[in-house]
Amino acid sequence: MNFASNIAQTLQNLKANKTRSFLTMLGIIIGISSVIAIVTVGDSLSVSINNSMQELGASNITVSLQSKTSSRSGLERTYAAKDLLTKVMIEDLRQTYPSQIDDVSLTLAVGNGQTTKGKQYANLTLTGVNPSYGEVNDITLKSGRFLSDRDDLEQRRACVVSDKLAERIFGSASPLAERITMALEKGAETCTIVGVYEYQASLFAAAGVSDDDIVTTVYIPLETASKITNQDGFSTFTIVTAIGVNSTDFANQVGSFFGKYYSRNDDYEVTASSMESMVETVQDMINNVSMAVAVVAAISLVVGGIGVMNIMIVSITERTREIGTRKAVGATNADIRWQFIIEAVVICLIGGIFGVLLGVAGGITGAILLGFTPYVSAAAIAAATLFSMFVGVFFGYYPANKAAKMNPIDALRYE
Amino acid sequence: MKPIIELKNISKKYYEGKDNQLQVLNDVNLSIKSGEFVAIVGASGSGKSTLMNIIGLLDQPTNGQYFLDGADTSQQSQKNLSLIRGQKIGFVFQTFNLIGRINALKNVELPMLYTGAPPKQRAARAQQLLELVEMSDRAKHFPNELSGGQKQRVAIARAMVNDPSIILADEPTGALDSTTGRMIIDLFLELNRRHNKTVILITHDAEIASRAQRIITLKDGQIVGEERQ
Ligand SMILES: Nc1ncnc2c1ncn2[C@@H]1O[C@H](COP(=O)(O)OP(=O)(O)O)[C@@H](O)[C@H]1O
Ligand SMILES: [Mg+2]
Repeated sequence: MNFASNIAQTLQNLKANKTRSFLTMLGIIIGISSVIAIVTVGDSLSVSINNSMQELGASNITVSLQSKTSSRSGLERTYAAKDLLTKVMIEDLRQTYPSQIDDVSLTLAVGNGQTTKGKQYANLTLTGVNPSYGEVNDITLKSGRFLSDRDDLEQRRACVVSDKLAERIFGSASPLAERITMALEKGAETCTIVGVYEYQASLFAAAGVSDDDIVTTVYIPLETASKITNQDGFSTFTIVTAIGVNSTDFANQVGSFFGKYYSRNDDYEVTASSMESMVETVQDMINNVSMAVAVVAAISLVVGGIGVMNIMIVSITERTREIGTRKAVGATNADIRWQFIIEAVVICLIGGIFGVLLGVAGGITGAILLGFTPYVSAAAIAAATLFSMFVGVFFGYYPANKAAKMNPIDALRYE
Repeated sequence: MKPIIELKNISKKYYEGKDNQLQVLNDVNLSIKSGEFVAIVGASGSGKSTLMNIIGLLDQPTNGQYFLDGADTSQQSQKNLSLIRGQKIGFVFQTFNLIGRINALKNVELPMLYTGAPPKQRAARAQQLLELVEMSDRAKHFPNELSGGQKQRVAIARAMVNDPSIILADEPTGALDSTTGRMIIDLFLELNRRHNKTVILITHDAEIASRAQRIITLKDGQIVGEERQ
């Protein structure tokens, strides 16, 4: 059978009957365009989240203690010294995987408090960090330096403060080499400022806190913090993996590495998860949601398909004599069946193409309105186009078969 | 010489075995040689069209055998019957049965669509046939832009396009005035004499029938008379 002439004739039919053709396609157009628009918005969201997560360091692995008995997160619990991760364990880890680990960032919370000067005050949280911390966490220095190995070794009372704190307490004067005293829950601590970093509002910053009351972090050497708190272990730390290491796989290795230390601990175990796997989880979630919505939208395609089937049945009845004539001049049943299947597919495909154009336009507009960089998935377009053709075959088959099985004499006699 | 068409004891019944059983053809024996020009006449409802449809493989007899070119047609698959119809038989209908959405040339090409001929060859051949029926200047016209006689010429060109050996025409002049009808019959005579087509033509016009070599008269589904001239 001749595909080209079938397609040409279908196009002629469609042109001859513009209103009807448009109405027939409308269901397909609406179905395909909503699927594409939803997928486009979903993909744009997913790509945006991926990008911002990458900036946060997707190759980092967070290692933390996890209670074996309760699912409560470790944030607000107090650990017994025997449960905590020790420097020895972490050093052992570094020795075991020297080529996979680029750096390790350690933190030790000391407490929350305030520093004052005259009537000025600044809220703060005092945290001990190792010298690598600054680099690992992309801390941008505005003046001075970050904490050094010597600060750490000698347990110096050096600190790095935020530009917010510096401005509130020292105004435009340089805070470097100034001493600040911080009132904490457990007493006051004093240290000398060696550096100022640029404060960055966290993505998850508490809304509604006035600028005056913002809490910023003051960093002191880890060993100093250790001495102040009389604590030697960690409930959590971060590993920066070397370039080329699959952080999801390596996180699993790290998890099992700590197994040997914690196999006999009844209360805690160690979990290691990469940002990458978290990104994947979030993306899976978005994909699932947009797929689910797209499937609902695809139901409207079925309605569209039924519309196409309906029009095909009408068209075949109108063209009964034509079908009889074609059979009289040599068309086989298969020829007739193909003719009408191709017709249905062409209708659905044209509807599908219009739907894709409309859906891409709608999806891009939606993504921009929601504040994401629009991302259009070629795979989704290909799938939607193929699916519209499938709808044509599926809903065209019944009418086409009906036409194919017409008795030629009855068809020729049809009034 | 072997007959091209041979009907043996052909019967056609509708509603067989029921109270309203209708015998449309009753034990018809007919043999037609290649190159003959046969007219079939008879009253309305006498079974002419039914007989023609059986000869044209559009319909199957209830009883009897039909040999086309020596081959038993009852042994053929549906698909083969379609192919034989397309290649050996050309139909001309009383109501033309042109497809309204396509122009005269495309209508003439239609039977070639089902033989797999390439587009260029189809167009060239269809053009040639339109010239034969003196309609080449109307190739791009649509059926609703043509007179009855012109439509029938296009239909005759369509019947001829695959170069079939048999032309079947069921009251081809029935919808035309007598002058136009005569010109159409001239065309069939030309196809018969110059192009060696076997022509079977149904008519109830005695004048038209008189131009055939052989006139077969049907009555109540039986052949009741045969004349040769
Ligand atoms: N499909 C059919 N079902 C029942 N009766 C039919 C059918 N087709 C034709 N007939 C009957 O067969 C008889 C012959 O019809 P037809 O061959 O068309 O006659 P003609 O062409 O000589 O006028 C008529 O009585 C007609 O009613
Ligand atoms: Mg008749």
